[in-house]
Amino acid sequence: MSASRTRNSLFSVVVLSAGLLSAGPALADDIGQIKVANGTVIIERGAQRVLGAVGTWVRQSDIVRTGIDGSVGITFIDNTMMSAGPNSVLSLDRFSFNSTTHEGRLDTSVRNGTLSVISGKIAKQSPDAMTVKTPATILGVRGTEFFVQVGAAQ
Amino acid sequence: MRFVLRAGLAALIAGLLGACAQEPPKPPPGPPELVVVVPDRDGKVGTVVVTGAQGGTTLNQAYSAARVDPSAKVEARSVSEAEVKRVFSGAIAAQPLRPVSFLLYFQEGTDEYTPESKQAFEGVFAEIARRKAAEIAVIGHTDRVGTVEYNDALSLKRAERVRKDFIDRGIPNSAVSVAGRGEREPIIATPDEVSEPRNRRVEINVR
Repeated sequence: MSASRTRNSLFSVVVLSAGLLSAGPALADDIGQIKVANGTVIIERGAQRVLGAVGTWVRQSDIVRTGIDGSVGITFIDNTMMSAGPNSVLSLDRFSFNSTTHEGRLDTSVRNGTLSVISGKIAKQSPDAMTVKTPATILGVRGTEFFVQVGAAQ
Repeated sequence: MRFVLRAGLAALIAGLLGACAQEPPKPPPGPPELVVVVPDRDGKVGTVVVTGAQGGTTLNQAYSAARVDPSAKVEARSVSEAEVKRVFSGAIAAQPLRPVSFLLYFQEGTDEYTPESKQAFEGVFAEIARRKAAEIAVIGHTDRVGTVEYNDALSLKRAERVRKDFIDRGIPNSAVSVAGRGEREPIIATPDEVSEPRNRRVEINVR
């Protein structure tokens, strides 16, 4: 059975008392949320370019870029966590997750920069359900914590 | 003379064509790459299988690494913890706070809390306050009394009950995701149809 899924950022609740701006509500296509953002973070969504801030949701097929001063941390809805350092390009190629059975798929590509990965429920449920592609290799992820660098150190 | 020139031109063209056929354009060299597996918070080391066009390797030891050179050759090696911290300092600094879970327990066959669970409920609010962009996933579980379908429904009913309590405390309906895992993820493994209070729970995952 598929669990009902309505999500939103609690940001608005928490910061109502702190008197800050709130992040927008989540939609069904949202697969993860930016939890940490420093410097320049841009999300390419088709022809659109969205500024990546704390509370911004990401979707399948988004390309997340950080500037020379940038870094970003994302928690996906299966609790996979990915963070990228400066000058990074991370493509969220494919994501699906069933919150009842934990079956799903997470395929990403890192084209440049540095990436930290802590795998979540998708990789735990199925050993072949998560990959990270680099320009020269494909990484099959069977859990849990690892790092990827593409390109020379900055 | 003319014949010689012609022959020479033909040879030149043949030579050029031959050169083209013999040397297909090489793919441009790629950037160097590094993959490192590290222990998780509990000291456990997972596995990453690295597959490239020119070989591969399996990384399953702490700080085991694969270096990929510009010709796409994969070389297994290991790196120091200090090197990982240096190379990946930006990514490490941007790691999100780990999700934190709280457990609420239920009386048998119902969506009524046990008395001890009220405190865990309060703990959730403290955790939300620590985070800049918190969401909560409410995940219901059951013991193995009843069918799989009955328990899928019961687990979702328990999760919905918890969501309602959050809404009553001022959190918007849309701020909380709800899932029912039924009897799939017991804390205590039991045979079927065994009543087990520790498995009748709702997990609240704050992330």
